Amino acid sequence: MPLSALGFIRHNVRVSKVASTTLRDSLSVSLTVGAYGVAFGAAAVANGFTVLQSCLLSLLTFSGASQFAVIGVLGAGGSALSGIATASLLGVRNALYGVIMAPRLKVSGLTRVVAAQITIDESTAVALGQEPHGDDAMRKGFWYTGIGVFVFWNLFTLAGALGAQAMGDIRAFGLDSAVPAAFLGLVWPRLTGNFERILAVSCALFAIAMTPILPAGLPIIATAFIAIVIGLKR
Amino acid sequence: MSALWIATIGTSVIAFALKYSGHSVPERWLSHPKIQRINALIPIALLSALVAVQSFSEKSKLMVDQRLVGLSVAIIALFLKAPFPVVVLSAAVSSAAVYRWL
Repeated sequence: MPLSALGFIRHNVRVSKVASTTLRDSLSVSLTVGAYGVAFGAAAVANGFTVLQSCLLSLLTFSGASQFAVIGVLGAGGSALSGIATASLLGVRNALYGVIMAPRLKVSGLTRVVAAQITIDESTAVALGQEPHGDDAMRKGFWYTGIGVFVFWNLFTLAGALGAQAMGDIRAFGLDSAVPAAFLGLVWPRLTGNFERILAVSCALFAIAMTPILPAGLPIIATAFIAIVIGLKR
Repeated sequence: MSALWIATIGTSVIAFALKYSGHSVPERWLSHPKIQRINALIPIALLSALVAVQSFSEKSKLMVDQRLVGLSVAIIALFLKAPFPVVVLSAAVSSAAVYRWL
């Protein structure tokens, strides 16, 4: 057998191995993250949103933290504007992910619209995780994960929303605690140092202190300005 | 249109606009270190505020109820490095138990 043929086979074996780890990473992330959709669907209905609105949020907003934020703010009695502002401030990071992904994806037109919609924490994280395997593996990781999470997140949102609708008194099923626990689970991995922990505790205390004084929703948004001021000064 | 519909549609439109802008604007606009830093701090501030308000308020009133138990259990679960679904589920189960039987 000529050496070039051997090299070709070796190359293919290596490429298919890389492709299968990318697929495996993408699938496992899609399933586990998608399953949180149950928590979102249930929480949305528990906070007064209809099943249709809950599903539209997952289809159109498609960014977990922003979705939880908007239902959290409106559920606490905040205005639509407060809810939109809080959710949008949390969505700014997706723009930064787009900046990272765009030069690697090199897409335009309708494909760019789809790519933008699935630009979230998970698709970007898996793509960056494939960096040692090259640009092709990164692109695959992004698309597999983005589309996978999209499919499962939306299916599980519907399941959660229908489930919560059937429950009646949501407190009897602990849904009133599931929402703050979900927020806590989202913020926890970000508390990497003492500075971050102090900021988190200060913002929590500030929001509680302002709740009886400011209109609902504003105590939450106000903490974003604390973050901006600290970020500018540091 | 109800506040819930305005919130649903408004959040979705802005969320997409943000995602699409990232794919379209020149990289240097968003790669400024101050923007990166603020972007890392905002989720910490907002999510912590949401944890607090969702745990200890009802509309504009402060109150302590079964949610304190749920939150405490979630914190313990996170310290034990439990995965996200376990954190949420253990908070829900403990809170429901307190609500039903106490």
